[in-house]
Amino acid sequence: MSVGPREQEAQPPLLFEIKSGSINLPILKLLSDDLEAVASSLHQKVEQAPDFFRNAPVVIDLHDLAVPDAELDFPRLVNLLHECGLVPVGVRGGMESQHHAAQVAALAVLADIKHEPAHHAPPPKPVARPAVRIEPAAAKLIDHPIRSGQRIYAAGGDLVVLSPVSAGAEIMADGNIHVYNSLRGRALAGVQGNLNSRIFCLDLQAELVSIGGHYKISENLGDSVRGRPVQIYFRDNSLVIEDL
Amino acid sequence: MARIIVVTSGKGGVGKTTTSAAIAMGLALKGHRTAVIDFDVGLRNLDLIMGCERRVVYDFVNVINGEATLNQALIRDKRCENLFILPASQTRDKESLSIEGVGKVLNELSENFTYIVCDSPAGIERGATLAMYFADDAVVVTNPEVSSVRDSDRMLGILASKSRRAEMGEEPIKEYLLLTRYAPQRVKLGEMLSVDDVQEILSLHLLGVIPESKAVLNASNSGTPVILDEKSDAGQAYYDVVRRYLGEEVPHRFLDEEKKGLFGRLFRG
Repeated sequence: MSVGPREQEAQPPLLFEIKSGSINLPILKLLSDDLEAVASSLHQKVEQAPDFFRNAPVVIDLHDLAVPDAELDFPRLVNLLHECGLVPVGVRGGMESQHHAAQVAALAVLADIKHEPAHHAPPPKPVARPAVRIEPAAAKLIDHPIRSGQRIYAAGGDLVVLSPVSAGAEIMADGNIHVYNSLRGRALAGVQGNLNSRIFCLDLQAELVSIGGHYKISENLGDSVRGRPVQIYFRDNSLVIEDL
Repeated sequence: MARIIVVTSGKGGVGKTTTSAAIAMGLALKGHRTAVIDFDVGLRNLDLIMGCERRVVYDFVNVINGEATLNQALIRDKRCENLFILPASQTRDKESLSIEGVGKVLNELSENFTYIVCDSPAGIERGATLAMYFADDAVVVTNPEVSSVRDSDRMLGILASKSRRAEMGEEPIKEYLLLTRYAPQRVKLGEMLSVDDVQEILSLHLLGVIPESKAVLNASNSGTPVILDEKSDAGQAYYDVVRRYLGEEVPHRFLDEEKKGLFGRLFRG
């Protein structure tokens, strides 16, 4: 940042800036409070993909502890994670007592989310029950063609597109994506991690579709679903494409 | 204020310069004072297509740099007194063009001309973005071929967001589709994209369809804008394009295979 000679006397040079950013972090869902067992199992996993885990920042999630109010030895856990090459940066979920202990071990306590238990079977009827709540915002509405190379992001809500989305265009939303026309580009719904988001379109010819990070490329979309009105959602660990 | 028309495409070799020359000549023949500018610094060819390559003294960059006046650089066409050509520099590179410089030249031209046709270079980098920055109308030249359609689509996105009109929040650039090198026989065989196929992806106002024609090569060889070859299909198609641009309702020709009678087969190629 350049500062003119006159201003130098009045203002010291800027040493830092504080900004808000949105960063995705891997989450380590802790299910057992047997730290030794966790560590040895984690070691095995890390050996499978050492580069992925080396110096990886992680958030320790306490929502699904088998014993919810278990007293956790956080300093010990942090050391064990360090030995695996992981860098724990904070905790989320769990109880206040656990939060205090975490803070003593110099871990941040991250904002909690209302959440669906990891191994709970989803309801048989595909009714959109929003279990993960993201602050709702008005839907973003686009009524002009989205051309190749353009990127549209609907932050905090749904995206509704009335015109065709060209090949080479990218549309993203924190919520659902509705394309009341042909979808030829890439569509990424629930980009902040909302696995309950859906993609709706009148003519599926997309290059790539993604829900909460789980994606399918054009080649893997069956011929039976191409070129028709469909909805796409995530269930049982895979993307489901259904006729509308 | 002159109406500034950019002839652009994204993809190279689809017929931008051929089209710029033809449309500029067409407008001038209809009585409007027209200037056509070559924005392809370093790879100029508008002067060749217009047949004035032996009369180039000063160029666009000279004018921007103040090394010559517009009057010194503009070349009057020998066939039509309403038409003037501003050639590009061949020895410099695209960095010599600046937004302010281009804006100044276009403003000065606007005082004396009704239409200014900007022949854009291929690509989406500086030359192309400067050529379209000040445009009021855009003729997007597209071949009925997948990569040309994709590149035109990309260019449309850029026109919608990076033009002066877009930045100032004014009425957007009016976009026209010009489909060139159209071969009805191949479309019928299913080998080539049809007008409808292209429109499904681009959805633009169709300004015209120029058929694949031997006349285009003959025209560039002789330094004559193809619109002057009145007997040729391409020449006539460009004439229709100019009429349509000026507001006339002209039905689209050359969309279907020509049915050659016996005489046609005997006397034509």
